[in-house]
Amino acid sequence: MAISRKHADPDIVVVGGGLMGACLAWGLARQGLRVCVLDEGDIALRASRANFALIWVQGKGLGFPAYTAWTKAAAAAWPQLASDLKSDTGIDVGLDQPGGFTLCLSDRELQANVDALQRLHNQPGAVAHPYEVLDHRQTKAFLPTIGPDVSGAIYCPLDGHVNSLRLFRALHTAFKTGDIDYRADHAVDTIEPYAGGFVLKGAWGEIRVPKVVLAAGIDNARLAPMVGLDAPMKPSRGQIIVTEKASPFLRHPIVTVRQTDEGGVMIGDSEEADSASLTINHTISSVMADRAIRMFPLLADLNVVRTWSALRVMTLDGCPVYEKSQSHPGAFVAMAHSGVTLAPQHAYDLAHVIAAGVIPDEISIFGTRRFHVPACA
Amino acid sequence: MTTTMGGEAAHTVKDLADAYDVIVIGAGPAGLSAATAVSTLGARTLLIDENQTPGGQIYRSILLAQTADRQRLGEDYWQGREIAETFLHSGAQYAPATTAWSIGPANDEGGGFIGHEVGVSGSGTARLIRTRQVVLATGALERPFPIPGWTLPGVMTAGAAQIVLKTSGLIPEGRVVIAGSGPLLYLLAAQLIEAGATVAAVLDTMPRSNWLKALRHLPVFLTSAYVAKGLRLLRTMQRRTKVVRWVSAMSAEGPGEMKEVVWTAGGQEHRLPADLLLLHQGVVPNVNFSNAAGCRHVWDETQLAFRPQVDEWYETSVPGIAIAGDGAGIRGAEAAALQGKLAGLGCAARLALIGGEDRDRRASSLKVQLTKVTRGREFLDALYRPSKAFRVPQNPETIVCRCEEISATQIRASVSAGAIGPNQMKVFLRSGMGPCQGRLCGPTVTELIADERGVSPDKVGYYRLRFPIKPLRLRELASLPQSDAAKVAVLADLADTHHSKVN
Amino acid sequence: MFRRAPDRIRDQVTFTFDGMPISASAGDSVAAALLAAGIRACRTTPVSGAPRGPYCMMGVCFECLVRIDGVGNRQGCLVPVQEGMTVETQKGSHFLSAEPAQ
Repeated sequence: MAISRKHADPDIVVVGGGLMGACLAWGLARQGLRVCVLDEGDIALRASRANFALIWVQGKGLGFPAYTAWTKAAAAAWPQLASDLKSDTGIDVGLDQPGGFTLCLSDRELQANVDALQRLHNQPGAVAHPYEVLDHRQTKAFLPTIGPDVSGAIYCPLDGHVNSLRLFRALHTAFKTGDIDYRADHAVDTIEPYAGGFVLKGAWGEIRVPKVVLAAGIDNARLAPMVGLDAPMKPSRGQIIVTEKASPFLRHPIVTVRQTDEGGVMIGDSEEADSASLTINHTISSVMADRAIRMFPLLADLNVVRTWSALRVMTLDGCPVYEKSQSHPGAFVAMAHSGVTLAPQHAYDLAHVIAAGVIPDEISIFGTRRFHVPACA
Repeated sequence: MTTTMGGEAAHTVKDLADAYDVIVIGAGPAGLSAATAVSTLGARTLLIDENQTPGGQIYRSILLAQTADRQRLGEDYWQGREIAETFLHSGAQYAPATTAWSIGPANDEGGGFIGHEVGVSGSGTARLIRTRQVVLATGALERPFPIPGWTLPGVMTAGAAQIVLKTSGLIPEGRVVIAGSGPLLYLLAAQLIEAGATVAAVLDTMPRSNWLKALRHLPVFLTSAYVAKGLRLLRTMQRRTKVVRWVSAMSAEGPGEMKEVVWTAGGQEHRLPADLLLLHQGVVPNVNFSNAAGCRHVWDETQLAFRPQVDEWYETSVPGIAIAGDGAGIRGAEAAALQGKLAGLGCAARLALIGGEDRDRRASSLKVQLTKVTRGREFLDALYRPSKAFRVPQNPETIVCRCEEISATQIRASVSAGAIGPNQMKVFLRSGMGPCQGRLCGPTVTELIADERGVSPDKVGYYRLRFPIKPLRLRELASLPQSDAAKVAVLADLADTHHSKVN
Repeated sequence: MFRRAPDRIRDQVTFTFDGMPISASAGDSVAAALLAAGIRACRTTPVSGAPRGPYCMMGVCFECLVRIDGVGNRQGCLVPVQEGMTVETQKGSHFLSAEPAQ
């Protein structure tokens, strides 16, 4: 029983079959390329499995206005991606963009969030996004089930969420229509450049290809130098709590609480710099659970079914890195921790750019050169 | 009002100490024996169990059993009394009606490893209790038996019928059909008939070829204790009910609830109206706890199940976590009790309560007994090896994941779409993500993927489980201690808000 | 579906299931008591609404979920019956009302 449609001669290899790799592969195939994806096995770090499924605009781009623009464009392009995936596979990824909230549990929290948004909108070259600052009463008009501790909220009409599991399944199912050669259990050990391109080697053998895209998440740091690229990351671990299915009570995503279209409630999330272990830290789960209940008291009796911890693909400033190698022009690196939000940008814009081999300014601004420029005062 | 039994030993979650030397999880023969052994040697011991009274599944409700039960349920069951009573007088603390839901490392202020932290929950209260050593004695559960209609009300496991008989003295009314393979099948049929139930048929799904494969173990088996028991049982069965052999396919038909059992034997289809269908094709280790704790597991091709890797003292690949009894590999109740004692000795030595030589001396007769009681096991394992037709569903519409209602055909289709293992399968289909967390679909999903890919289950692997391995309410999680570091991790510094974190 | 062996009748405990009075014995689990009263299905699934009833009776299958005293999704096989308990069919997923049970 054949799983892959093997290309004897792929035009490009995508290293990594998570959300980033899958979006790029699908997009590159739509550009007419013969694409091969080399993915790890069933048990691997697989950062994108631990996503929160948000399509989130509010607050993005502090210190990097181009990122605000990039994110807004992604949110606007999401309906197209959902529609194309539906035509390709029949799978509805459950896109819903009703607007999202950051709920605050004290006046101080609310003020801090308001201040941050003002800084975002006042920075040089700022790209604005619409938002509203709501008090408790106004928040309750949108979200009747909030608790008395909610002091207010920031609402952004551009925010939304998607069923990320179905998104992943749709992309992988769409590999068939794009004639993409997807190979699991093909972890890449080395990439050696040669005259015609690159030789990728692993325990499974080797493959030669003119172009390669590194979409291997955390493993990019190891692979990038092999092709003259740099993929600096900082450790970032996050925990998520997952509950049993509940009757629908929350359509809008909250940045730390959302109800999936299947009914389960996801509660996040933490930002921990201790990436040594993936062992759950219960003191963190406890804080997250406590805050979720204060936001929505009716969650108190819901059963917790799982807690997750996972490593994010976190660049030095939290914004994406897209770069073409100077020394080895057929090689690219792509990484971002907001793989769900930015999915359309990766599937359409970035895939187009990688296929063409020419990087326009709007994307080269996401290169790693920015890390070598001293920060402005 | 509770019916927990335990006298002075019994504690509620609120009463428990903050720390123990040994926490044992599970009050079956292995757990009771391990807790008794280690407590007797001076360890401050706590035994946690989900049920109201000790005994696990095999000795379920043993301390409530009366003389009539001895007749109904047999001598083997009755043996459990002594193990339970000895435990209650051992000095160990006992927390019945308490769920253990996680095990994590406990570190001192400097971050040095000092033992484990066990998450427990009872009567709506959750706590984290520290311990130096853990013994998991979480036992086994019924191998999934996916046939069309197995999710209909009126279809249950053979074990379920035994449990309600032992705990509440309930006997099935109406026509009962018992189906599957394994020694428990005939034992249960005999117990139910003895109790006055109408067993309309016993459908034996053991494939003919098993006899040939088992034959090489026969000489050893004939010298074991199983023989006499087995032959007696079979004779009883043949006299008092209809035994159908070599059943190659089966389904339960509704609508709405089980009304008829349909089976194929000898190339012909047969139907029988029934009120209760009891399924059983052996038991497999309950790996959820050991898996989530990070213990290494191996695929046991003889028992067709994953089991944790343990050393001679039943310590797993995670230092300080041991697992004894059926949870380490199916060997039966007598073996479980002996393994519990050996695991207890291993614990005591690691805690320096006894020296290595003392441990070895005490262990030697236990090891001899263990060899003796497991004699003949290879024959039983080979003879009762469940047929592939009932492990890897033949009918593609059969529900494999009961919680998320995923069929065999959906699983196979996802393999070709790229889900090469059970964890990718979770993402593709949500299989294993429901409340039972793979307990009723894990083995089937692994074997289906293996079958579809043409590789061994060993290569495919199993679900990666996560804590809590049993649910607790969100409010309970919220009530656990919160540290300042945790608040920073969730909120960052308030002046440096959540937004910059989301970037 | 099940009847009780005469020697195993204990102190009677009465509770309700969907408003209907049920007689049980002290020591029964809620699930066992429902089976003894002839009730085979105790819930409908969140995914498709299919009827389900107790399957394993040992806390691993999560089929015996019922709503007990206003709290949903409790495993009936792990909860001992108590006098005056209100047990209800678990209809679909855990129902979230604006007033959570205390």
